[in-house]
Amino acid sequence: MTIGSVPVKFRISVDHDQCMLCGRCVENCPYDVFRLENGKIHVNSRKCVACHRCIAMCPRDAINIRERPVDYRSHPVWTTEAREAIYNQSRTGKIILAGMGNAKPYPIIFDSLVLDACQVTNPSIDPLREPMELRTYLGKKPSRLETRQRDGDVEVLTSLSPNLQLETPIMVGHMSYGAISLNAQSSIARAVTETGTFMGTGEGGLHQSLYPYQDHMIVQVASGRFGVDINYLERGAAIEIKIGQGAKPGIGGHLPGEKVCEDVSCTRMIPVGSDAISPAPHHDIYSIEDLKQLVRSLKEATEWKKPVFVKIAAVHNSAAIAAGIARSAADAVVIDGFRGGTGAAPRVFRDHVGIPVEAAIASVDAKLRSQGIRNEVSLIASGGIRESADVAKVIALGADAVYIGTAALVAMGCRVCGTCYRGLCPWGIATQRPDLVARLDPEIASRNVANLIHAWTLELSELMGAAGINSIESLRGNRDRLRGYLLDESIMKVLDVKPVGA
Amino acid sequence: MDGRAIRSALSMMDERGSGEGAGYVAYGAFPEFADYYAIHVFFDAIHETKAAVDQELSKWGTIVHEEEIPTFEQQNIRKIHTPWRYFFQPDARLMPRSTTPEDDIVMHLVMKVNTSIPGALVYASGKNIAIFKASGWPEEVADFYRIQDYKGYIWLGHNRYPTNTPGWWGGAHPFNLLHWSVVHNGEITSYGTNRRYIESYGYRCSMFTDTEVVAYLFDLLVRRHHLAPELAVRALAPPFWDEIDRMPGREAYLNRAIRLTYGPALMNGPFAIVVAKPDAIVGFTDRIKLRPLVTGTMGDRLYISSEEAAIRVMEPEVGDITMPRAGEPVIGRVYT
Repeated sequence: MTIGSVPVKFRISVDHDQCMLCGRCVENCPYDVFRLENGKIHVNSRKCVACHRCIAMCPRDAINIRERPVDYRSHPVWTTEAREAIYNQSRTGKIILAGMGNAKPYPIIFDSLVLDACQVTNPSIDPLREPMELRTYLGKKPSRLETRQRDGDVEVLTSLSPNLQLETPIMVGHMSYGAISLNAQSSIARAVTETGTFMGTGEGGLHQSLYPYQDHMIVQVASGRFGVDINYLERGAAIEIKIGQGAKPGIGGHLPGEKVCEDVSCTRMIPVGSDAISPAPHHDIYSIEDLKQLVRSLKEATEWKKPVFVKIAAVHNSAAIAAGIARSAADAVVIDGFRGGTGAAPRVFRDHVGIPVEAAIASVDAKLRSQGIRNEVSLIASGGIRESADVAKVIALGADAVYIGTAALVAMGCRVCGTCYRGLCPWGIATQRPDLVARLDPEIASRNVANLIHAWTLELSELMGAAGINSIESLRGNRDRLRGYLLDESIMKVLDVKPVGA
Repeated sequence: MDGRAIRSALSMMDERGSGEGAGYVAYGAFPEFADYYAIHVFFDAIHETKAAVDQELSKWGTIVHEEEIPTFEQQNIRKIHTPWRYFFQPDARLMPRSTTPEDDIVMHLVMKVNTSIPGALVYASGKNIAIFKASGWPEEVADFYRIQDYKGYIWLGHNRYPTNTPGWWGGAHPFNLLHWSVVHNGEITSYGTNRRYIESYGYRCSMFTDTEVVAYLFDLLVRRHHLAPELAVRALAPPFWDEIDRMPGREAYLNRAIRLTYGPALMNGPFAIVVAKPDAIVGFTDRIKLRPLVTGTMGDRLYISSEEAAIRVMEPEVGDITMPRAGEPVIGRVYT
């Protein structure tokens, strides 16, 4: 018995009275939804992924997309997604791949936390009139300062480790060349250079054309070691060892051979057209002491001049793992929450493995404090940061800085259609097809990303000023300035926040 | 000096309070017991709670002398606690790995009593330091304890307008831990960060108010980390990064090192603070001076106050009234 067709996800309609037959939709849709025949635009709705490229390009607003025009009989247990996954797997017998971040409707903790503001007993601070400090240093810090008085001068006996200096606590996370296009990477590179912050290279090497921005790039060493050589390590402002990723904790990565073009093959140092497979574990890290060795090796290789970060996915035991990492020579721990995005991940991992970054940061910060080592390492939060309020909240929960990923892509046009894994991104972001990549103009896209970082930085300053705080370190871990709104008692205990009204 | 002058000074600033909390500290108040820790306790129901405190103290050392602190009925002060003072000699051998065992024992006792013995609150624990505080107007509290009968070489006084814990004697300033005493005008918006930082070093905040972290931070930075008091102030109210960027190399390095190491100790929000230790006092404000601070000197005396009027009533001929810049410490040292 055949399963037959499942209902279309999207229904496209074209208003033929409005349509001027310009053909932009035909030209722009890489999924072949549209065709112009006999003086009329025809559509194949089944191919649509709702990337909105046609909508954005149509000069007459003649196109309309409806989600799920025909749905299944509603059922609270047997959701559409559950049924379709079964049809899919009963046909293929395979693991289902999915793009972007976690798509399950888990409650978002950020949305149940509210921020504080000053009234009467202390004045709020106007960032337009008073200094507001968002500068953040990432890296090892001394646990205490040894000083000596000498001829009336104070001499510092403690030596400072190299730190990254950020003008705003917002960085752009690791998205490799391969996963995203070179135009997308160079747009981000220009934006972070302009705004005085940093971006990650991902595990895809560092393309030559990005060398001018290398002082703002954190180079990644992941389990496939693609693109890693001494030249790469020395060019980065910092080095990040990627152990895991929030979107797919516990598994590796796979860049299909189709995406490995000439250029990608050069930066990754692999043959053209070969699959780039990053194994699940690093095969030289089977324990915490192995990680410590790798951190030291990377530091030795770069003469202890560069901070080394370690990124882990937010999992149940993050706090203890982070405490272990903090005891190595590592300078910062990155905690990637289960809402983190990805080009491709098995759906079952994306939706079911890991924990939210809010809870992970809160427990890591608390654990490090209980061991008296919190200020010695930096803590970077990532995975599901959607706006400046999320940045403020996660810093108040204990993070030093954040990585954004999806938000930066959205700033370049991404509509979160979640089809990155097909490599046909019509916005020129998650694709290597030259004609599609050419659609992304780094001149404009870099401006968009820089604008976004700038706007969030302004909002963060305003939020801090309203809370009577003029330096980011006084917001960090300041959970007294958060309240939980309709959060249950157990999660408030983990977050160490009081309920609203208390 | 006896306590009369500071009583008259505070009476000039009744506008700043609400009659729900005031207090004083005198350094050098107990010459006959100068070598012992003067542990002050508020007992709620003394016959029920005192035995537990006695027992805790006896575990760690010897009570050399103890007495109920003499008080004299005032119309508006309801004596809800019994103020008590012990003169205590800790047994240094019980804290073998410490470089300052006696201080560490007393600090441990303070945290232990305040977090585990309900109805007993240790509100002072230094040597030769007397604290007088209660719920009332400053003049009433002064008369309640008859502070004119005590002599000191450093006095701090405070008039409270409580928002957080009105009427609670423990909430009145000065706050004291070991040799540190703090009076504070303002509200610390970074309290959540400061408290979590200091608690990771074994301090326990039990006074329900932001000011106590200042005493603990000074204890950590100066006593345990051996920073000079002016550097501790620099950590609590550091220069802005823009200013640090403009400093010459070594100075910039020092300030950067302080901010990186002690970022969680940085205090934000409006405040004017005076901290005393046996050989010095330090006054300073927040980095943008959201609270007033005025200083004056007369002979070998330094006065620090929220208002000039309070200094003038003690020293009508005071010459050099100055207003220190935001974050800049004013330090008075005791010379012998």
